[in-house]
Amino acid sequence: MDDVVTHIGASRRDFLKAGGALVVSFAVPGCAVESMKPSAALPEPGAWPASIDPNALDSWLRIGADGSVTASVGKIEAGMGVGTSFAQIVAEELDVPLERVTIVMGDTATTVNQRGTGSSNGIIEGGEAMRRAGAQGRATLLALASERLGVGVEALRVKEGVVFAAADASRRASYGELVGGRLLDVKVGEKPALKKPADYTLVGKPVPRMDIPAKVVGAYRYITDLRVPGMLHARVIRPPQAMARLQKVGAATLPGLVRVVHEGDFLAVVCEREEQAIAAARALPVEWSQPAPAFWRGYDELYAHLRSAAPRTTRSEGLRGDVDVALALAAHRLEASYEYPFQSHASMGPACAVADVRDGGAVVWFAGQKPYPLRAAVGNLLKIPAEKVRVVWRPGPGSYGMNDADDCAMDAAFIARAVGRPVRLQYMRADATAWDPKGPPVAIRMRAGINSAREVFAWDYEARGFSGRVRNNSTDFGGDALVGQLIGGQRVKSTDWPQFSSESYTFPNARRVSHIVDWNRSMATGLRTAHLRDPDGMSTCFASESFADEVAYAAGMDPVAFRLRYLGDARDKAVVEACAAKAGWEAHAAPRAPRGRIARGQGIAYAPRNGTAVAVVAEVAVDRETGRYRVTRFTCAHDCGFVVNPLSLRGTIEANLIQGMSRAMHEAVRFDATRVLSADWISYPIVDMTEVPDAIDIVIVGNRPEARSRGAGEPATRPVAAAIANALHDAVGARIRRVPLTPDAVLAALKA
Amino acid sequence: MTEAMAIEMTVNGRRERISAPPETPLLYVLRNDLGLDAPRFGCGLAQCGACTVHLDGNAIRSCATPVEAARGSKVTTLEGLAPRPGVLHVVQQAFIDEQAAQCGYCINGWIMSAAALLAGNPRATDDEIRRGLAGLKCRCGTHMSILRAVKLAASRMAAKA
Repeated sequence: MDDVVTHIGASRRDFLKAGGALVVSFAVPGCAVESMKPSAALPEPGAWPASIDPNALDSWLRIGADGSVTASVGKIEAGMGVGTSFAQIVAEELDVPLERVTIVMGDTATTVNQRGTGSSNGIIEGGEAMRRAGAQGRATLLALASERLGVGVEALRVKEGVVFAAADASRRASYGELVGGRLLDVKVGEKPALKKPADYTLVGKPVPRMDIPAKVVGAYRYITDLRVPGMLHARVIRPPQAMARLQKVGAATLPGLVRVVHEGDFLAVVCEREEQAIAAARALPVEWSQPAPAFWRGYDELYAHLRSAAPRTTRSEGLRGDVDVALALAAHRLEASYEYPFQSHASMGPACAVADVRDGGAVVWFAGQKPYPLRAAVGNLLKIPAEKVRVVWRPGPGSYGMNDADDCAMDAAFIARAVGRPVRLQYMRADATAWDPKGPPVAIRMRAGINSAREVFAWDYEARGFSGRVRNNSTDFGGDALVGQLIGGQRVKSTDWPQFSSESYTFPNARRVSHIVDWNRSMATGLRTAHLRDPDGMSTCFASESFADEVAYAAGMDPVAFRLRYLGDARDKAVVEACAAKAGWEAHAAPRAPRGRIARGQGIAYAPRNGTAVAVVAEVAVDRETGRYRVTRFTCAHDCGFVVNPLSLRGTIEANLIQGMSRAMHEAVRFDATRVLSADWISYPIVDMTEVPDAIDIVIVGNRPEARSRGAGEPATRPVAAAIANALHDAVGARIRRVPLTPDAVLAALKA
Repeated sequence: MTEAMAIEMTVNGRRERISAPPETPLLYVLRNDLGLDAPRFGCGLAQCGACTVHLDGNAIRSCATPVEAARGSKVTTLEGLAPRPGVLHVVQQAFIDEQAAQCGYCINGWIMSAAALLAGNPRATDDEIRRGLAGLKCRCGTHMSILRAVKLAASRMAAKA
C-alpha cells in the first residue's frame, strides 16, 4: 500500500506481468464479482497503466492456469444483478461453467473506460462487450488448440472449458493448458463469430444471482467495509443554511482528533476512530454567516417561479402540424398543469469513500456509477494528472443515478491530501438526504384540442423546470462536486438537459417544448440538481400520461382503447395490450368513482425509454373519508428485447415499481427559505412494508433472441406515478396533478 | 465522550472483551473492533434497521444502542445467525430462494428482524409480517421479494414444527 502511487505510467503488459494475480481465489463460493472479495481490497503495489486499451482482447479477458476466467468490464453492479448477467454472457460464449467466471468492474487501472454505468446501459454496452470478448476468446483458444492437437478448428468442440477433437475426445486440451496465465495477445476483432442464440444454455435462462448468497450471510464486501492500513476516519460539517459562509473554526481538544480540514466553506474533521470523528463533527465550535434566504417558502412559490420565470434555454421536438391553429379551431379544449418536486436519491447508506493521496498520486475507492470521469475530476480538484489517479469502484448502497457517492469520493480525496494518510469518509444521514444532488422539479402545462367527431387533433406539451446538472458523465471537474463548490474557484460543467416526455402518440398537430429555467442555487446547496433514476422520466410521463387519461375521458374513450388508437409504435401498443389483458382491464369511458367508503380503481400508463417499452396498470383502494389509499396490485408489461436473465429482470422490474410507487406517493424534498428540511427518514419518508401491493404481475413482451437486448434498470420507474394518479382518478372521480399523491391531496381533490 | 471502559459480552458465541467509552454505539464496536461488517450504518437514528443485531434474542438497532447495554449479554449478528457452519438459517435460505436482494445494503436488517419475528411467532400471517417489519427501510424497493421470502421461511418453519 505504501508505494501504491509510485511507478506511474508502466504499460498494461508490465502491469499484468507485475500484478500477476488479478484473478484471486473465491472467498465465498459462487460470487462472481471480484471486488467483493476481501483479498481484492487493495490495488497491487506497483504500477498501473495510464489507460486500458479497448482494442486488446487481454483488456477484457484473462484465462488463468487453472482454467478460471476473469472478464473485465467498464461498468458497475448497481444492485440489479448485472454482474451475474455478464458472467452468463462470458461463460456462454466461451463454453465454460458459470462458476469459473469472475467479473472485474469499474477499476480505472484494470478495466476499459466505458464511462461507467448510467441510463440503463449495463447490458447494452457492457453485455455487448462481454459477448464479443467471450466469442473472440473462444476463437483464439480454438486456434491454439488446433495448432497443439493438429486438428482443424472446424473439427474441434468445446465443453466446460476443454477443447477436444470431435472425432476423438481423447485428443484434448483445457483452456488452462492452452493459455493459462499468459496473455492472449490479440486485437479485438471487428466481427467475432458469436454463438447462435439457439445454442444458448446460460444466456436467457433464470440463473440465480451470484451475489445474493454472500449478501444474505453478510459476506458481501461493500465500500463501507474497506479498511486500509493506517486509515483515519473523517466526517464533514455542512453549512447550517444554504449559502452560509464559514466564519470561524474554534479551537477544541477533542478525543482522537487528528486534523480539522477547512478551505472556503468546506469543513471536515479527521480522527483516529470513527465514533470520535462523529463526536468531533458535532462538538467542533464553528461560526457560520446567516445569509439572506436562498430558497422559496415551499412548493407553491417554487412552481409559481417555474411558470413565470424567463427561460434560460428553450428546446422543442416532435413538431407536427400547427398546434396553435388546431387549438384555436378545436370544438373542445382541455388544459391542465402538473407539478413534480425535488426528490432525493436517499440511498440506504450515506455515501462512503476511502482515499489515499500521496507522492503526487491518488487512489480513491468509491461506490458511484462513473469511475472514469471521476478520475479526471479528482485530478482536476487536486491538480495532479489524471493518469496518476486510480479510481476503484466498490459495491455500495443503490445509487440510482447520481447520489452522494461522487461528492463523498471528492471530499475524501481532498481530506486525504490534507492529512497525508489514507482517509475513510462516511457521510451521516443528513449529509446524504439533505445534501445529495436532487432530481429536478418541473411544472408542465398540457393542452389538447378535440374536434366535433371527438377525435384528438391537437396535443401541446410545455415543460418549465430546472435542468439536472452534470449530465451525463456525472463528475468531470472539481467544481462538479460539492467540495469544489464549497471551496470555490473550481471549474464546473453546466448542463441544460431538456425535459421531454417520450410517448409515440400520433396526433396530427403536436409539439413538445421544454423551457429550462435558470437555477442559481444549483450548486453548493442541498437543492443542487442531478440525475435521479430515469432522469426526468417519471415527472414528464406523470404529466403526459395523466393528461392522456383526461383527454381520453373528454373524448368519451376508455384509456386503454385511447392508447391503442393513437399510439404510433407497434411495440408500445403491444405492451399496452399485454398489460391490459394481464391486468383484467375493465374498459370504462369515464371515471367510475364507485359509491361507498372504499373506492377501487384501475389506471394505466405507458412509457417508451431508449428502446425499451413498459406499460403499468395500478389498482388502488381508496378510503374516501380519510383519503388514505393502497396500491393493491401492479401489472407490468415490459419489452426490453432479448432478456439475458429473466430472474434478475423480475427483481429489477419489481424494485423499479416499488421505488417508483414510493416516489409517487410520498416523496418531495422539504425545504424552507433557508435550508433543506428533509434530513432523515422521518422528514423524507419512503414506502414501507405495510403499503406494498398484494401482488405484482409481470408479462414479458418481445423476448426473442433476435431482438437486441435493451436496458431494464430504469424504464419501469417511468409510468408509475401516472398509473397511480390515473387509478385514483378512476376510483374517486377526482384528478391529482401534483406529486406526491398524498392522502391530503386525495381528500382535497374529492372536495374540489 | 467519556473514558474507555472494559466491557465483556458474548458475540456470535464467543466471549469478547472490549475497551470503549460506554456510550459508544454498539454498531461501531461490532464493525471496527470485532470486524463484523454485516450490521450496517444506515442512519444512526434507529429509523431504518440496517444495523439490526440480536441482543439476547431481541432485534435491536445497534446504531442507537450504547455498547454498555450489551454488557454481559449475548449479541448475534448476521454472521452468527446460521445454526452452524455450512448451514444457513431458514430465513437466509428463503432470501436466496426468493432472490430477495437488490443492492443488499439493508438486507441484514430484514433478515435479522424477520428471524426474530418468526422466532416469536412462527405462524405469522401476511399482515403480522408486514406490520412486524414496517419499521425497516429498503430504498431499492425489494419489498415484494422480501415479503415472499419471509412467508416462505414461515411456511418452512411451520412445516417443521
